[in-house]
Amino acid sequence: MTSAIAFLLAATFVISVGGLGLLVWALVNDQFTMGPKAAKTIFGPGEVGKVEDPATPRLMKDRMQKERGEVEAPDAEEQEALELRARADQSTRVPVTWWLASSLFWLLLGSVLGVVASVKMHAPEWLVSEAFLTFGRIRPAHLNVVAYGWASMSGVGIGVWLIPRLFKVTLQGGSYATAGAIVWNIGLAAGVWALLAGHSDGMEWLEFPWPVDILLVIGGALVAVPLILSLLKRRVQHLYVSAWYLLAALIWFPMLFITANLPNLFGGVEQSMLNWWYAHNVLGLWMTPLGLAAAYYFIPKIVGAPIYSYSLSLIGFWALALFYSQVGLHHLIGGPIPTWAVTISIVHSVMMVIPVVAVAINHHMTVARHWRLLIYSPTLRFVVLGAVSYTLSSVQGSMQALREVNTITHFTHYTVAHAHLGLYGFLTLVMFGSIYFVVPRLTGREWPYPRAIAAHFWLVLIGFAIYFIPLSIGGWLQGLAMLDETRPFMESVALTLPYLTARSVGGALMTLGHAVFAVHAVIALVRGGPLRRDAALFRPIPPAQAEESRS
Amino acid sequence: MTRALGIIAAAAMILLFAALMIVVMPAIQLQATATAPEGLEPYSEQAARGREVYISLGCVYCHSQQPRDPSVAPDDKRGWGRASVPADYIYDSPHLLGSMRTGPDLFNIGVRQPSQDWHLTHLYNSRAVSPGSIMPSYPFLFEVKPEAEEGDTVVALPPDYAVDGDLVAKDDALDLVQYLLELDRSYPVDAIPTADSSSAED
Repeated sequence: MTSAIAFLLAATFVISVGGLGLLVWALVNDQFTMGPKAAKTIFGPGEVGKVEDPATPRLMKDRMQKERGEVEAPDAEEQEALELRARADQSTRVPVTWWLASSLFWLLLGSVLGVVASVKMHAPEWLVSEAFLTFGRIRPAHLNVVAYGWASMSGVGIGVWLIPRLFKVTLQGGSYATAGAIVWNIGLAAGVWALLAGHSDGMEWLEFPWPVDILLVIGGALVAVPLILSLLKRRVQHLYVSAWYLLAALIWFPMLFITANLPNLFGGVEQSMLNWWYAHNVLGLWMTPLGLAAAYYFIPKIVGAPIYSYSLSLIGFWALALFYSQVGLHHLIGGPIPTWAVTISIVHSVMMVIPVVAVAINHHMTVARHWRLLIYSPTLRFVVLGAVSYTLSSVQGSMQALREVNTITHFTHYTVAHAHLGLYGFLTLVMFGSIYFVVPRLTGREWPYPRAIAAHFWLVLIGFAIYFIPLSIGGWLQGLAMLDETRPFMESVALTLPYLTARSVGGALMTLGHAVFAVHAVIALVRGGPLRRDAALFRPIPPAQAEESRS
Repeated sequence: MTRALGIIAAAAMILLFAALMIVVMPAIQLQATATAPEGLEPYSEQAARGREVYISLGCVYCHSQQPRDPSVAPDDKRGWGRASVPADYIYDSPHLLGSMRTGPDLFNIGVRQPSQDWHLTHLYNSRAVSPGSIMPSYPFLFEVKPEAEEGDTVVALPPDYAVDGDLVAKDDALDLVQYLLELDRSYPVDAIPTADSSSAED
């Protein structure tokens, strides 16, 4: 124990001094140039002003481009850049397909587990005959499958796909990422089995037994290799903000995951602090960076305009790192741990407003100038709705950390609803949009059934509204009932039942939407379905030329 | 590359700093003062096994083990016990503080419900003793025998829930109930933290 603390202290000191040295070096050598030029690094020559959405049918795309403004046909330089990029996209095909296809499988499994757990809340006699079907096993299986299966794997898949686009090279060492996906999948499958069989480590977000943890660490390390190799060969002057988030996530996740899973580091209440330090950071410093990296890339890319303020995006990045890393203990407000430590977390939770506002201004202002593109672009609809949810769930999170509010919402379903606004409303919707953008780039073909995209969108949107709104109300009422000593505890249980039932209905609709999405994605990945126009470069072409090619 | 290294190093430094602030420093403070309170015994062997069953069945997802201070919430008035202090958890690893109260807090369930019979019936079907409960039934912790053998613990059931034969508790059920019965932090402790300050010496 003492040696662990000594190690942490020493490591902090060494890294601090190293970081300070680097900072001085960087300032002296003018490495921190920011500005509009950096924001444009993700665009090729002549590309600003051109919309891009491979999930929009050709006809709609012409209208979408018209909405954005007239464009010239690509000149030779632009054509060359496009072909280079198409090759770069193709270099990610195998690993990205692995990560994304796996994430779809876990999304479906996780959704079903979630609905089953939800129904069990209002039908306590349903599926009780076997231990592996009991609520206390299905629920952690749901959490781990959606967190480490769906969210992490889709986020990594999109991250790997972004690497060549951010560094303007073909993906280096892609086979490491493929191997990483395989190892990660094996780890997850073993982990889900372990949880259902009752071998849980017993702490929320850290339930997987140690052999599973080791597999996830190996899988994660393997997928880091192409990021580093490609970084070494990069051909861009500026590191775009998405790359910042990916690089940081690359170091944060292993630090968090390994530290929190070290055996016998702490017991008792100390362990609860480690537990929630991990559990909130895995959201804030792993899944959020993956989602923001995607949103920061796709929003400007789709609308064909650089983000509103590049400097703001960097402020947002460092503020997120500083504040998000210390919010974990707001999960233990009123608990048996030193109050000063809880207060630190509350203060940082409120400070989170700064990076959230920075990100919100950037995302929403970029879209607001071209909001009519939302009519045409399904990808943009998903990503923008995700970005809006990020703002909402973060502001809600800051509020919830205040003692007055937390006293009511702590220990209730309100917290569950909030968690889903973050992981579903934000991350999942951003990932849906990103996958709609990426898959045609992998297959070289458009999505076969545009109507399925619309069905997916409305099912998950309506489903999530039915999930989130009633559960938040029910949770709040539950909290008020528990605080009122004149009302028996059972009243706080009974009053939630209609809201819990609504949650099951919403969850079922979301699951249906996921099924539509997954089937559609599989058809697209195996290049099945009606043969839609091969649009290798997906470049919007001037209407005259389009008419020609159509006739 | 240097810039990328700078980002990674700075990101790592910030996270380490955060770990120091909200994990290591409070832990050092807690461990400096940590002694088992008089009146708190380590779990018996059977209860320790029962704790594993508690973990394995995921009881923590609906039951907290951290009564709050009366100034914050009326936990004591519900019979959940005094506000817990760090020393209460000295034998708890992994910790089971929990984050949900779909069901009541269990930190002192052994005081509130000291009857093995009650717990066994409640585990078999909570609605038999606690109408309106939404706790799952755990029939797999029990077996129905035509006639109980010597040494079997037979579970008493109200007529509505009666089975054909004798309902006998399996070892897991008995262990789990033993753990629940040993959840008793009714002994006095020196410093009970209040909502505004953790303790005088801070």
